[in-house]
Amino acid sequence: MNELKVIQSEKDKFALAGDGVSHDGKSWFYTDVVKDHFFNPRNIFKTTQEADEYAKEADGIGLVGSPACGDGMKMFIKIDKDTEKLEEVKWQTFGCGTAIASTSAYSVMLAEGNGMTVDEALKVKPKDIADYLGGIPARKFHCSVLADKAFREAVNDYYKKTGQNEKVKTDGKKIIDNVLKITDHDIEHAVLEGAMDFEAVQKKTKVGVHDKECIPMVKNLIKEYKEKYFGED
Amino acid sequence: MTERKVYMDNSATTRMDSMVKEEMDKYFTEIYGNPGSFHSIGLDAKQAMDNARERAAKVLNAKTSEIIFTGSGTESINMAIKGLAYAVQGKKKHIITSTAEHHAVLETCEYLEKKGFDVTYLKVDRDGLIDLDELKNAIRDDTFLVSIMYANNEVGTVQDIKEIGKICSEKNVKFHTDACQASGYLDLDVKELNVDMLTLNGSKVYGPKGVGLLYLKMGTVIEPLIHGGGQENNKRSGTENVPGIMAFVKALEIAQENRVAESERLVALRNKMIREVMEKIPKVVLNGHPTKRLPNNVNLSFLDVEGEAILLYLDSKGIYASSGSACTSKTLDPSHVILAMGVPYEFAHGSIRFSLGKETTAEDVDYVIKVLPEIIQNLRNISPFNLDLENVESEQKKIREKIRIHEAKK
Ligand code: FES
Repeated sequence: MNELKVIQSEKDKFALAGDGVSHDGKSWFYTDVVKDHFFNPRNIFKTTQEADEYAKEADGIGLVGSPACGDGMKMFIKIDKDTEKLEEVKWQTFGCGTAIASTSAYSVMLAEGNGMTVDEALKVKPKDIADYLGGIPARKFHCSVLADKAFREAVNDYYKKTGQNEKVKTDGKKIIDNVLKITDHDIEHAVLEGAMDFEAVQKKTKVGVHDKECIPMVKNLIKEYKEKYFGED
Repeated sequence: MTERKVYMDNSATTRMDSMVKEEMDKYFTEIYGNPGSFHSIGLDAKQAMDNARERAAKVLNAKTSEIIFTGSGTESINMAIKGLAYAVQGKKKHIITSTAEHHAVLETCEYLEKKGFDVTYLKVDRDGLIDLDELKNAIRDDTFLVSIMYANNEVGTVQDIKEIGKICSEKNVKFHTDACQASGYLDLDVKELNVDMLTLNGSKVYGPKGVGLLYLKMGTVIEPLIHGGGQENNKRSGTENVPGIMAFVKALEIAQENRVAESERLVALRNKMIREVMEKIPKVVLNGHPTKRLPNNVNLSFLDVEGEAILLYLDSKGIYASSGSACTSKTLDPSHVILAMGVPYEFAHGSIRFSLGKETTAEDVDYVIKVLPEIIQNLRNISPFNLDLENVESEQKKIREKIRIHEAKK
């Protein structure tokens, strides 16, 4: 019960920060920090050619998403090999205002000043990005996760390139709903898009409509993801 | 620099005409009676309403008894579809519509499916048109209604309503059309159009929000959805929204009076805008039919960039438009209309609808054409994708298949 309250208020906070531009032209209520990062994104490239050049010298590159499924994010990192501190975090995104702003903010949080170590950086949660921005709409939370995921991919890439294969973390997909072949990733995605209980997740993904047996597992996963992304730690 | 305000979202709603507002004001403070009252104050309101109904009927080439005023386009649609369904329940059970309809139609149909009715959703082609042969073949013995929109709200495609109406009347099936988007630009003569029911609303014709109308052809029996004092010929109870109705009818008259000249003016602006944007910006696709489209609709997809981000930049430049991108929708699903046309997902994400209106000038269009290339270029610079138009097109078949499977799942 207690835990639910926390999540509820967290959700409310995001919701208060606005709901973006809706399909039929509703106005947007992003915070000033979000707007600043959106209109003046940091750590970007001036041209796509510059990005291509940079890719050759980057220590790690991560790409998640695709234009067909919606959003896409590419992250480039440079790392000081001795200290494992992040020297530079650059990025490209195909996404909404929140995706652009949160990635920009994230890149600043990670590499600003002395730069975080890779281990420190991996501890930054999407929620921290949202806090840094002064809140983002609940529906838009998944956009900040995109940055986080791309960064993790980039770090994996760095580990591979530097022969630290044991450190590579892959999270392989697991099929949960055996009829519709819905994976844990799909459920995670639904939670991130604001589906906070089983009914909402089912509405989005159709999970458990045919494969009734997976329902308890889905409920557990929802709880897990809610804790991971929205819960306090 | 940001002083210029270019409102290009007239398909969402329009700014009220000042003459209309003036007309409306009268009915709040001067002629404020309840048309149902016996005394002279009520009678004044009743006479005004009678007069409005007559004028609305004239615009539609209908009888006054065939006009029902409602609270919105959505309400009219609900009234037409559910009202007819309830009236034939137990005798007939099949409805035909299309996948590119407005949510008001689709959600109503889905609701009726849950209540035991059958619905066929006709596919639309790449341009947004339904196939008339497919329609003919879809009609069954127990089909009682076909509902196809006159002009699409997102991509502007105009259907062949006359022909659809002819097919329906030959097969003895009632035909409803949602004409909300068409009302400022197309012919609304219900006899010419062969329709049994037609939906209009005020907010698309520089009239008030919260008023709609359903044309219900004599002999078409529907069950009322709202019961009460028996207003609107027993079809829609509730004290009449006299100011709204008076203003709506006035707005409708003005719009229809000017529609030919206004259409001509906007077609020229629309075509110029499409042509020049496509010239100036690479990898742009036009959504909707190139010629059978509303004079005020420009719907373009900009590859490699996401629609919401474009909207935010446009907003900062004083340009107000809308997008079919998933990121802008409440459900995070891309536009069902663009997907229904079998257009790749990639196109939907970068789609922007500019809907022009009577206040749109050539300078406004020039201004948009001027600022747009830089916005798109900036966003492309930070995009990780660089889609090949040809490739995307050839991927389309696969994607259509995906959508088909996706729909089958539902
Ligand atoms: S990237 Fe799609 S909603 Fe943010």
